Amino acid sequence: MLDLTYETPKPKVIAGAKHDWELVIGMEIHAQVSSNSKLFSGASTQVGAEPNSNVAFVDAAMPGMLPVINEFCIEQAVRSGLGLKAAINLRSAFDRKNYFYPDLPQGYQISQLYHPIVGEGEVLVEMGPGVARLVRVERIHLEQDAGKSIHDMDPTMSFVDFNRTGVALMEIVSRPDIRGPEEAAAYVTKLRQILRYLGTCDGNMQNGNLRADVNVSVCRPGQYEKYQATQDFAHLGTRCEIKNMNSMRFMTQAIDYEARRQIAILEDGGEIVQETRLYDPDKGETRSMRSKEEAHDYRYFPCPDLLPLEIEQAWVDQIAATMPELPDAKKARFMADFGLTDYDANVLTAELDAAGYFEAVARGRDGKQAANWVINELFGRLNKEGVSITETPVSADQLGGIVDLIASGEISGKMAKDLFEIIWSEGGTPAEVAAARGMKQVTDTGAIEAAVDEIIAANPAQVEKARANPKLAGWFVGQVIKATGGKAAPQMVNELVVKKLGL
Amino acid sequence: MMTNANELTIAAARDALRKGELSATDLTMACLTAMDAGDGLNAYVHKTPEIALEQARAADARIKGGDAPDLCGIPLGIKDLFCTKGVPSQAASKILNGFRPEYESTVTAKLFDAGAVMLGKLNMDEFAMGSSNETSCYGNAINPWRRGNDETALTPGGSSGGSAAAVAADLCLAATGTDTGGSIRQPAAFTGIVGIKPTYGRVSRWGIVAFASSLDQAGPMTKSVRDAAIFLGAMAGHDPKDSTSADLPVPDFEAALTGDIRGKKIGIPREYRMEGMPAEIEKLWTDGIAMMKDAGAEIVDISLPHTKYALPAYYVIAPAEASSNLARYDGVRYGHRAKLAQGDGITEMYEKTRAEGFGPEVQRRVMIGTYVLSAGFYDAYYNRARRVRALIKRDFDQVFAAGIDAILTPATPSAAFGLGEMASADPIQMYLNDVFTVTVNLAGLPGISVPMGLDRQGLPLGLQLIGRPWEEGDLLNHAHVLEQAAGFVAKPAKWW
Repeated sequence: MLDLTYETPKPKVIAGAKHDWELVIGMEIHAQVSSNSKLFSGASTQVGAEPNSNVAFVDAAMPGMLPVINEFCIEQAVRSGLGLKAAINLRSAFDRKNYFYPDLPQGYQISQLYHPIVGEGEVLVEMGPGVARLVRVERIHLEQDAGKSIHDMDPTMSFVDFNRTGVALMEIVSRPDIRGPEEAAAYVTKLRQILRYLGTCDGNMQNGNLRADVNVSVCRPGQYEKYQATQDFAHLGTRCEIKNMNSMRFMTQAIDYEARRQIAILEDGGEIVQETRLYDPDKGETRSMRSKEEAHDYRYFPCPDLLPLEIEQAWVDQIAATMPELPDAKKARFMADFGLTDYDANVLTAELDAAGYFEAVARGRDGKQAANWVINELFGRLNKEGVSITETPVSADQLGGIVDLIASGEISGKMAKDLFEIIWSEGGTPAEVAAARGMKQVTDTGAIEAAVDEIIAANPAQVEKARANPKLAGWFVGQVIKATGGKAAPQMVNELVVKKLGL
Repeated sequence: MMTNANELTIAAARDALRKGELSATDLTMACLTAMDAGDGLNAYVHKTPEIALEQARAADARIKGGDAPDLCGIPLGIKDLFCTKGVPSQAASKILNGFRPEYESTVTAKLFDAGAVMLGKLNMDEFAMGSSNETSCYGNAINPWRRGNDETALTPGGSSGGSAAAVAADLCLAATGTDTGGSIRQPAAFTGIVGIKPTYGRVSRWGIVAFASSLDQAGPMTKSVRDAAIFLGAMAGHDPKDSTSADLPVPDFEAALTGDIRGKKIGIPREYRMEGMPAEIEKLWTDGIAMMKDAGAEIVDISLPHTKYALPAYYVIAPAEASSNLARYDGVRYGHRAKLAQGDGITEMYEKTRAEGFGPEVQRRVMIGTYVLSAGFYDAYYNRARRVRALIKRDFDQVFAAGIDAILTPATPSAAFGLGEMASADPIQMYLNDVFTVTVNLAGLPGISVPMGLDRQGLPLGLQLIGRPWEEGDLLNHAHVLEQAAGFVAKPAKWW
């Protein structure tokens, strides 16, 4: 088990006016399922289409229309469950959650309250080398997304766009195992990474493709351990739920603000009221959206239009057999096979495309060298240009070719950087481009020695100075490289200069 | 040309069409004439003569070509609950004012594919909620039968009241109905026709405005058991668009009408012998038992112990589902939207639209349904009703497992009553109309109402046969035997 090798991080402690407080956080992540069509209709899920163009009759809740389960969405939920090492429920069922809102045409959301498709799982959240929190996942259930209400197009009217109505969402519910704002962000990052590896959610937070409801409470040190020992929530504080967070930065800000708000109330002798709150990023504060008393009565009941969903273990096994390598395993393998540091392995496994790129460069080459080039040169350049790894003008083959030229000593590191620039903007095979441009470092000792002798002979005053101050030997190195048109291998020049000057 | 072709059964018309003795166009014309002459019954709420004649002409061509399914050229009335493409489909509710679907329900699509002719849309209780057709936004449909010379307008029953009145008065050859708690069988009994509710899942619900999804089932309303067999065969079948529709082959129901029920076991449930049951109903039932016995069946006293809980369970489950199914009628996308006052927001739009659009019975059921699903009441009402439902189903399972082939019961606790007679009564009095029929819906079984005779006042009465799941063929055969033995041929005297 991977987790046994990790140390548990310390919970975030906030010093109140009177004493210390710890945070307890649980999350409900709404992850839009990657699928071409909606959970119960054949309408497209494509983002950015004309308003109300991807709407089937059932999505618009026309009279007499009935939902039919999209099997691929079920497969995606099962795959996600397997990726979180979760129990897959072979029998699950859909329920209706009833409430009125114009962007909810049916007047109910079809969800899975009583029998979710995925049961208990876990997410390992790394907080630093060798430090990680194992967050328990309580369940994943499938449900329909709502449409979009638009209130700012007309002074007197509101508009609705049903394109998103009925798109499949996975609600991933964690236990209250997250102990600080940074852990919360790291949990979302890790979950997003796993889902993207699995191809079950694009995880585009700006588009609302992945959003989180965050439950925050505070407690005195020691209370959380009592909860863990008994699973009795009475040991924990009353929680407030911050709705619809779709930015990591705002999420950490909101949690921090909310914790401090609760601490201030408690230290004043007040009580926390269980409620739903919204974060206002402009003011940097959370505010009440509705209290428990105002909470909707959703009148959940089993959806009579859908039979209970029964899937076969053999089908689950089939999905399990096609699971990709997941981030934890990939990172461990990169560290073991390519000798990467924890940091580099994290960077290179963050995104599947980047990991694949790195692996193509590193295969049969020096892993550390490959990692340096991918992280420093390639990623640096991609970031600077705002280009994604999938659109990189320098292919893994090309970058591998550059690394090969360095490894064989044919070009210097400096030349390699120039060569990278040329390949980036003009393309070509690195070996051919290097040859055509005469990029070849001189490693012929005789030729370099002659050049060194020449420079020494021509600069007696500099020789005197360098003998007095060996740091000035670098000047000779520079001159020799310049004299050879930049082709002399710097290491070799350095050695010869030192020797000839008798330093 | 045959005179009064509109009075034909489907079977007789089919045979005449195939022999060339009658054209679908002439048959349709006869029905259109009868339909127009029958306006006093208020059975049709929207007539589609142009569609009918076009379909009839197409049917004639098909019959000439030798490609004529059973329903080819047969003029039908369609209950307003079915969505018919481009044709008003309002479930007899104001809230669907002006709604013309852009799609065709699976049932009507199948019928039209088989060459059937649509004469128009038929009256019904609003959203199929009612037992007398008095909740319709189009006004009452009227029973063609009268109490002798008494001109009191009687109910054709409900919710498929328009369908029943139209079939009984020969304003079509047959009609579609839907049955959630008895809405096919009770009006069939009140008007002296045959009505079958198939096994839940036999007929697709796609495109039928939903009342209570786990109970709703469409079925035929016809002039004979043979017609019901023919019609059901054309409606039934698996539909991938309805997840609750069963992926089972549809047998030839007409071929099942052998008339032979020798050795079959007919169960007579003692719990259906209600206190205060009219003597005439009691006698009708006894006569029916004797007829089955004469036909060679074995009569067995059986017990369905949870019967008395069926009506309350039904009136929890059906409104619960309805309250959710009807949430979509909010004025946002289609149908009626209330005029709003300055400053009104979305809540006012919902409240005003739904208050104006839904009639009192629909509002009552939406409120009951909302209440029984509410936090704190859910277990006491909805969950308990579901448990009762499971027990009712188990009662039937056990009886069928013990070898019973069909169960014979009264169809209704009375003959048709006068329109308005129940107006001041407790709504529960009206709900009691369903006392013999709701168990069948709760258990998902097939049930058929067969006309047996007239009461002292000259009004038709029917008996109900309940069959094993998916055994509609066998059930129809039992009904066929009963029909033959009863020899019910009376027709209402034409006064309209």
